[in-house]
Amino acid sequence: MKLTQGKINELLSESACEHNHKKEGKGKNKSCTQVAQPGAAQGGCAFDGAMIALVPITDAAHLVHGPIACAGNSWGSRGSLSSGSMLYKMGFTTDLTENDIIFGGEKKLYKAILEVKERYNPAAIFVYSTCVTALIGDDLDAVCQKAAEKTGVPVVPVNSPGFIGSKNLGNRVGGESLLEYVVGTREPEYTTPYDINLIGEYNIAGELWGVLPLFQKLGIRVLAQITGDGRYQDIACSHRAKLNVMICSKALINMARKMEERYGIPYIEESFYGVADMNRCLRNIATRLGDADLQQRVEQLIATETRQLDDALAPYRARLKGKRVVLYTGGVKSWSIISAAKDLGMEVCATSTKKSTEEDKARIKELLGQDGIMLEKGNAQELLRVIAQTKADMLIAGGRNQYTALKAKIPFLDINQERHHPYAGYIGMVEMARELEEALYSPVWAQVRKPAPWDTEVI
Amino acid sequence: MATITTPRKSVAVNPLKQSQPLGAALAFLGLKGIMPLFHGSQGCTAFAKVMLVRHFREAIPLSTTAMTEVSTILGGEENVEQAVLTLVEKSKPSIIGLCTTGLTETRGDDMAGILQSIRKRHPELHDLPIVFVSTPDFKGALQDGFAATVESILRELPQPGETRPNQITLLISSAFAPGDIQEIKEIVAAFGLSAIAVPDLSLSLDGHLDDSYNTVTSGGTTLAELREIGSSVYTLALGDSMRNAAETLQNRFGIPYEVFPSLNNLDAVDSFLEGLADLSGLPVPDKYRRQRTQLQDAMLDTHFFFGRKRVSLALEPDLLWSTVHFLHSMGAEVQAAVTTTKSPLLEDLPVETVVIGDLEDFERLAVGSDLLIGNSNVAAIARRLHRPLYRLGFPIFDRLGNGYRCTVGYRGVMQLLFDLGNLFLEQEENHVRPTYHDTEFKRQNPK
Repeated sequence: MKLTQGKINELLSESACEHNHKKEGKGKNKSCTQVAQPGAAQGGCAFDGAMIALVPITDAAHLVHGPIACAGNSWGSRGSLSSGSMLYKMGFTTDLTENDIIFGGEKKLYKAILEVKERYNPAAIFVYSTCVTALIGDDLDAVCQKAAEKTGVPVVPVNSPGFIGSKNLGNRVGGESLLEYVVGTREPEYTTPYDINLIGEYNIAGELWGVLPLFQKLGIRVLAQITGDGRYQDIACSHRAKLNVMICSKALINMARKMEERYGIPYIEESFYGVADMNRCLRNIATRLGDADLQQRVEQLIATETRQLDDALAPYRARLKGKRVVLYTGGVKSWSIISAAKDLGMEVCATSTKKSTEEDKARIKELLGQDGIMLEKGNAQELLRVIAQTKADMLIAGGRNQYTALKAKIPFLDINQERHHPYAGYIGMVEMARELEEALYSPVWAQVRKPAPWDTEVI
Repeated sequence: MATITTPRKSVAVNPLKQSQPLGAALAFLGLKGIMPLFHGSQGCTAFAKVMLVRHFREAIPLSTTAMTEVSTILGGEENVEQAVLTLVEKSKPSIIGLCTTGLTETRGDDMAGILQSIRKRHPELHDLPIVFVSTPDFKGALQDGFAATVESILRELPQPGETRPNQITLLISSAFAPGDIQEIKEIVAAFGLSAIAVPDLSLSLDGHLDDSYNTVTSGGTTLAELREIGSSVYTLALGDSMRNAAETLQNRFGIPYEVFPSLNNLDAVDSFLEGLADLSGLPVPDKYRRQRTQLQDAMLDTHFFFGRKRVSLALEPDLLWSTVHFLHSMGAEVQAAVTTTKSPLLEDLPVETVVIGDLEDFERLAVGSDLLIGNSNVAAIARRLHRPLYRLGFPIFDRLGNGYRCTVGYRGVMQLLFDLGNLFLEQEENHVRPTYHDTEFKRQNPK
């Protein structure tokens, strides 16, 4: 797949993404097509996004064709966990030198792919282009094709130079490569009427492992995990699933929509965070798979799980009740986490809606109530101002804002991809409650806020 | 003495090397009130920022010119201009540290020309220093980017002035952590000398609470201090990669210099203190005389565990040099030395071979050694090889307190002795005894 401007525009204006649905009939919600602002932009690039989407495929080698910065400053740092192969954790790069840039990097890339195959025998090799290799015009697709023929291993080009756009666009570029080169290239050994794919769940901190046992109990088979703790061959078979379940993310919505077009697989958008959302997710899957027995089993499971969960959460609920939080995170997660916080009896006094779609926003409004503040923009100072204004007890946000909170001596919980604790599913709620309680009631807050005795004014 | 080899292969596996701009950012972060700015795509900044945040566990000011495909083709002038203006408006930095990346170096943006025309269009920026350094990703490594940045700072900011007999300049390479710099400054101050440290990470990335929120560095070498460097009487370059920067000051102001490639073994600290005594005309303070005897005692206590131990190291050249010498001073041997980039130091290392390579090379060479030394990425290798790891270098993201650790001066060397000594000791406790018991058991219970 050559990445032409037309292709990029198509990904940017993905029709299934509500970012691109016109607001009250006029204008465009510009989220997806926003251009990074010099001096103000904070996010990752398209290359980063493509890697976030694909690196969780654990038995593949991920080879970065570019100078050292792209792989050298990022390899091994992603929080997706694996139950099997650890190959995805290794950093492979062509580490281009000045000479390679002058004479072109194609030969080096070709040899690099052969060396990776020879030494590590991966299930597949994903090859990522970067700004520099795009600029010097290396033909990624041709090299990958030639190398695939030579090695007999799938070699998947991912045209993801950072300068084409944001992390979000990169996710979709990654999805596009899966669609073009992976999905539908293999048949599963057998199928069942209960086969689903999970799309956009990356198994951060092992979250998936808190949810998969539920599916297993219900007799739902996860055919392919796209891509958290995923296997290349499973994803190759994913076109035979009966339902695509998109988790908490618009990132790979292009995959869901195109798999519906190509293979007639319907998709639903769900979340694993919070009791209400987890319940709804299971119910919706059962409804879509259209099996009365399964629906029955889901209700039984929900009854058991929520009863157990209520017992487990009771002590935390007492301690968390009425605590006020400011939430700063992207997209779907904003409503999904509000709902989880509400389950615990906490009050969300403000949340970001920066990456949220109109539909997300409507849900947020409903959940927040009248006094809730919706933050369209938020830099560190703005966040601190809102926390002060709302007299919030803590900040729940991505790792990037951890030090915004801590330096202002405000309790903090990390909710993004760098987090170290799994919060998904029923079991994740207990983990989240424990983490929230620990953060809020830590004895350090009083100590770090206390002035030195010799600085106290004598009245 | 050492043979330097670069394995012939087309793919780097588990890179040890990081990019020059990351080194530039680190150096810039030691200046007060600075906003480092990468001229590249937004990802270049995001990756570097994540690395720095994970290592230091601090908020890191770092910004981007956010180059797109189109602006790359048209040239980056507009993006640099817009970035500078936005930063001035939003963050009010006292200095901007601008560096290039692989993208803009490949494209070949004329940075001098761009800065000149921005200055022409914006006379209001007259008092804002913009220190520029060229740091292509496709050359060199973190240490090179760091050194080039210090050189740029010293080319652009210091002014000539009347020599102050008490003032010296400390140039501190990327081999030193904030905690090291704090110790070095205390030692220098104990000799009654007033030192300007460049860059001074001990005031910005040491980990401390400020009263208010900052979008730029809240501490570091101040602009005023940087301007006064021309008045220093002497330069102490710490880490061999600071040699060129020291030479810059010699060429510009005739300030003589001495390079101390290492401050983490008895001899190295001795000669550093001797140098300070010569410069200041004061005797070595009692505190350090006492510490010296403590260190010697610690060497006696720990040498049992170091003798003939085989250690494999994956470190940048300056840190490799000092660590190898530390190990030799304790009777340990170097099994493998892997590094990131060329340096005149490498040939003189007292080892057979130095490999400029990656952690795949390291893993192959380190098999069977008693201890591994390297960054947090070596942890996976240590697990695979069942060897202990002492974390050193950058990044260290699975240990706390990187802003505070100190391995220089008598006190720091002592700490290093105990930390490594304890690792060896633990190994012996775990492995030697079971082996002995096993043989005893087998001897007494023949099948």
